[in-house]
Amino acid sequence: MKFAVINFPGSNCDMDLYYAVRDGIEQQVELVDYRAQSLEGFDGVLIPGGFSYGDYLRSGAIAVHAPIVKEIIRFANEGKIVLGICNGFQILTELGLLPGALIQNGQSRFICETVALRVVNNETAFTNGYSKNEIINIPIAHGEGRYYCDDKTLSELEANNQIVFKYLENVNGSVEHIAGVTNKQKNVLGMMPHPERAIEKILGSDDGLKLFQSIINYQVKVNN
Amino acid sequence: MKLVKVYVTLKDSVLDAQGEAIKSAIHSMGYNKVENVGMGKYFELRFADDYSDFEKDVDAICDDLLANPNIETYRYEIMEAE
Repeated sequence: MKFAVINFPGSNCDMDLYYAVRDGIEQQVELVDYRAQSLEGFDGVLIPGGFSYGDYLRSGAIAVHAPIVKEIIRFANEGKIVLGICNGFQILTELGLLPGALIQNGQSRFICETVALRVVNNETAFTNGYSKNEIINIPIAHGEGRYYCDDKTLSELEANNQIVFKYLENVNGSVEHIAGVTNKQKNVLGMMPHPERAIEKILGSDDGLKLFQSIINYQVKVNN
Repeated sequence: MKLVKVYVTLKDSVLDAQGEAIKSAIHSMGYNKVENVGMGKYFELRFADDYSDFEKDVDAICDDLLANPNIETYRYEIMEAE
């Protein structure tokens, strides 16, 4: 597979994602500038963490108007793999490709630590390598990661099994402990925790590796 | 020149974490009568006088950029400016 890692001004987890793909799952990967007009030739798009446009206005709000975004929308609509991590998740909700919003943590401070997540849905393109309810350790690093949606949206998320990851302990005050959700079609995933920072045991955890391997498993299945 | 003052605030259903933190600071200053603090954003948009369709533009700009309808609401005031 060939992945694009989108580079917005202020992205800072782009190289982590790049190495996760290149060395973690040994697939092709390229950094793509936010001003690029096309994602032709790529199979999946990864939107990294960071502080695109300095988080001005709201996290992710300005990035939505960058030239490359119409291609991200095309990918999502064509059922291709779109993964947004941290600021990438914020961008995907601002875009409306994912429901809800990410707002300031309940305790109003930045949290940077490794947390335990539960894999709530292991039947997605991103989680088929995990077992159901598996507990995994993944780092978080965010000030605005509290997932919010209204009750109606929450019941839809639950009815469609769109909630993929939940925090064991609700570190930021998210609705229903939500750490990651997909769109209805389940080809777009947004998550606040950083699986790309959990690729090697020597760095604390390799629990994120299976997420990237899951994408490959999924693509192999689709191609056959 | 038309001046449009736009106020964006969180919906009541969304916990205003910054407002709460500010409220507790106000209380620690001794102003215990303050019962609630809401924090929002303020924008000023200016339009030339000969452009009459600006309200439609302001609504679209608020809906598509300045406010996130999932969590925020907005209101605005229109006034004459130099």
